Amino acid sequence: MAKKLITLKVNGSPHEVAVREYDVLLDVIREHLNLTGTKRGCDLGTCGCCAVLVEGRAKLACLTLALECVGREITTIEGLKSQVIHPLQKTFAEAGGSQCGFCTQGFIMTAKALLDEKPNPSRAEIEEAISGNLCRCTGYIKIVDAIEMAATEMRGS
Amino acid sequence: MSSNSANGNGIVGTRVPLIDALKKTTGEGFYTDDIKLPGMIVGKILRSPHPHARVKRIDVSKAEALTGVHAVLTGDEPGAQNRFGVLPISRDEIALPKPGAAGRAGRVLYVGDCVAAVAADNEEIALQALALLDVEYEIVPAIIRVEKGLEKTTEPIQDRTKDGTNVHKTVEQQFGDVAGVLDNSAHVRTNEFEFIGVNHAFTEPMATIAHYDADDRLVLWSAQQVPHYLHRALADVMEMPMHRIRVIRPMVGGGFGGKSDPFPHEMIASLLSRKCRRPVKILFDREEVFYNNHGRHPTKTRIIVAADKDGMLTALDVDATIDGGAWGSFGVVTTYYNGVLAMGPYRIDNFNYAGRRVYTNKAPCGAMRGHGAVNTRFSFEVTLDQLADDLKMDPCDLRLKNLLPANTETINGFRITSNGTRECIERARERSGWDQKYGQLPFGQGIGLSCGFYISGSAHRIHFNELPHSTVHIKIDMDGGVTVHCMAAEIGQGSDTMLAQCVAESLGIKMERIRIFSADSDTDPVDLGSYSSRVTFMAGNAAVRAAEKIREKLIQAAARKTGYPAGGFVLTNEKVVYKPNPDIFLTFDEALTAALAKSGALIAKGAYLDPPPIGKRNEFKGWRAGLSPTYSFQAYMAQVHVDPETFEVRVQKVWAAHDCGKALNPLAVEGQIEGCVHMGLGQVLMEDMSYLHGTIQGPNFLDYRTLTPMQMPDVDVIIVESGDPEGPFGAKEAGEGPLLPILPAVANAIYDAVGVRVFSLPITPDKLWKAAQRQGVKID
Repeated sequence: MAKKLITLKVNGSPHEVAVREYDVLLDVIREHLNLTGTKRGCDLGTCGCCAVLVEGRAKLACLTLALECVGREITTIEGLKSQVIHPLQKTFAEAGGSQCGFCTQGFIMTAKALLDEKPNPSRAEIEEAISGNLCRCTGYIKIVDAIEMAATEMRGS
Repeated sequence: MSSNSANGNGIVGTRVPLIDALKKTTGEGFYTDDIKLPGMIVGKILRSPHPHARVKRIDVSKAEALTGVHAVLTGDEPGAQNRFGVLPISRDEIALPKPGAAGRAGRVLYVGDCVAAVAADNEEIALQALALLDVEYEIVPAIIRVEKGLEKTTEPIQDRTKDGTNVHKTVEQQFGDVAGVLDNSAHVRTNEFEFIGVNHAFTEPMATIAHYDADDRLVLWSAQQVPHYLHRALADVMEMPMHRIRVIRPMVGGGFGGKSDPFPHEMIASLLSRKCRRPVKILFDREEVFYNNHGRHPTKTRIIVAADKDGMLTALDVDATIDGGAWGSFGVVTTYYNGVLAMGPYRIDNFNYAGRRVYTNKAPCGAMRGHGAVNTRFSFEVTLDQLADDLKMDPCDLRLKNLLPANTETINGFRITSNGTRECIERARERSGWDQKYGQLPFGQGIGLSCGFYISGSAHRIHFNELPHSTVHIKIDMDGGVTVHCMAAEIGQGSDTMLAQCVAESLGIKMERIRIFSADSDTDPVDLGSYSSRVTFMAGNAAVRAAEKIREKLIQAAARKTGYPAGGFVLTNEKVVYKPNPDIFLTFDEALTAALAKSGALIAKGAYLDPPPIGKRNEFKGWRAGLSPTYSFQAYMAQVHVDPETFEVRVQKVWAAHDCGKALNPLAVEGQIEGCVHMGLGQVLMEDMSYLHGTIQGPNFLDYRTLTPMQMPDVDVIIVESGDPEGPFGAKEAGEGPLLPILPAVANAIYDAVGVRVFSLPITPDKLWKAAQRQGVKID
């Protein structure tokens, strides 16, 4: 199948990539752009390890066609840290919300989308928001702690 | 200073974020699949669609002719038939079957077993090439049910089984006079339990990169918990000396026992790379992870527990039939652990165990968090609950009455040193309000209890030799950074952080000076790996011993420099201080400069060798099994709500008391306990790796359900510190034991809630409803 040349805006920079119609965003991000912070856990939309932000909303990159993302703002975990580390990246470390770390970026991107929309969520709302993300290390408790801590910090700043 | 107490430097015992956490939260950290090497190509494995078949012939010509294909591998490749396996006593695994060969060598043994492999420029071409492989199979009758595997057969799955059956391993142990005691005990309970298999469900799929390079060296990057055993197995399969092989462990996305065998895909990647001289990456999809399995064994357990009229336990009899799947893996150990770890934390003087592990044509089972002990623990603790009922005793009191003391020996030779079980029960009882709840909550709500007991590393090595269990090297040069080398595998449990804390505490320095190298077999000394909950105890001790030697060098330098006697110096707060007069000190950097003068970098080595001689040496077969330098203990209480209409069980709260000796890092200990609760709740309530005609039903995360964040209960972690006399700063394990008690605690709570017992896991709403019907429980 012929490839199309498209421009994807990832973490603020335009990237020209050649994709087939069926190429998913996860492959483009990891294999073409070498942004390996976004993880491949299942390729089926069942683990949440590949969550990225598309126009500020959390999307599973393994189920999102690259072509759909033309002209949209894509943010990966690498784009979350600019000059300073994002509060979520700090609190996930401090609260023990990351053990093996493979799921961590997916949780952080999902939580970022939540907190941008709802700066003061309850624990139940956090749990619901992250219920599409799988973590096998933490039992989720310290992940919810980390998101609460980041929310407090972000509201304060 | 003894290595058993903190130096008071405030590093051990405080909540320390994992030292690699920021790498993970920023996406900077890299896992195996994140590595791209120049010239790297993609390896793919053709997997068997049949549970048991002879591979008669494989026509590789079309696949080899496809443009972009660099190598096609079958069992005809030299090395592909060499036996390997994690235990030297059952090396029954081969990378690929040899087409046309007789016996085990020519057969595939389960759906998903490796048939052949290719390496190609990209994944698409590799998949095309797999489709072009023309394989002729001859179906062999499959053994799916474990009972069938007990029978004699003309073609056993593996070639070394018992008397023509598919039995892999049997264990029989007898202590005391169980039969006699059973006849004379006031209370006897017998139960049969059934446990379905469960999978680790780590998030990072298996990934490996092999590069057989220009120097004829093999370099292998792999998601591994035990790089050392992989290293040994690679040497056997590739027929290369170990020093020609380099194993590198990048960050690992969870293991839980599932990455602790040397695997065929690691052999296949290595053979492919040697064949085409290119770096070859093999990455599993999620379905392949389930086929590869090595999860907890499906088990049928018959248990008899007896007590006298006062509630003293008199006898325990365990019989386990263990479904091993197609390979040995850790199965010999599993077979022992199903029995020998049952008794603790209780004193029982009459104990029988008969266990057998059976090969079946299903994905291999292996080690999983709480290895071998989980199913028997469930059986025992549920049966104890029934005995408490029979005795009209509170379940806490029954257990308290029968506890092993500290500093004792069990009848099967376990040396018990530190033991915090009593404190675990008492604190959980108080915090949960047990005395106001047990037997008193409204119908549909209940509280349940279970204790636990687990090894803190195996006292005996898998390979019989006199090498240390763990070795740590420390180097400090003029930059003032402290480099710590040890192959203990960081898999997310925090072992790198633990090593850094042990060294920083011993040297009285800030954690930021420490850098851990635990990934590369060329530079980092052997540690046997992250399994059997051994790393904190063994690698921690080795780290402290190495740090003590460095400390001595710095103190000698400070003594020389100041003219005060060496005996008076301590290392604290980045200083080497003369204790009788704290105004006399060198900064750490000054002391370091003095120590380096005319010598160069400070280097020291520490090792953990063995506990003192323990166990009933050679008194019975299997005397080594379950011996550990020390043991962890738990008592958990779980409060549940059972929906009277749907029979859905909701675990509302867990009080989890765990004796880890000393919490070097309470944040990490809490994380281990909460993670264990999550994983154990999955097994007791929903996780289900069932088979239909030899095929795993639903090898993906939609069908294989784990607890979601919304189902996870609040966990009140109660850390009990019994201060182990031999552990580093008093510490022992926290990674596996905390899983054991949650399963029976929930089952006992369900009984307290609705008066129904379910004897097969998982306890799903349909099973609970049926059991309620059968047991005549009326629920309005």
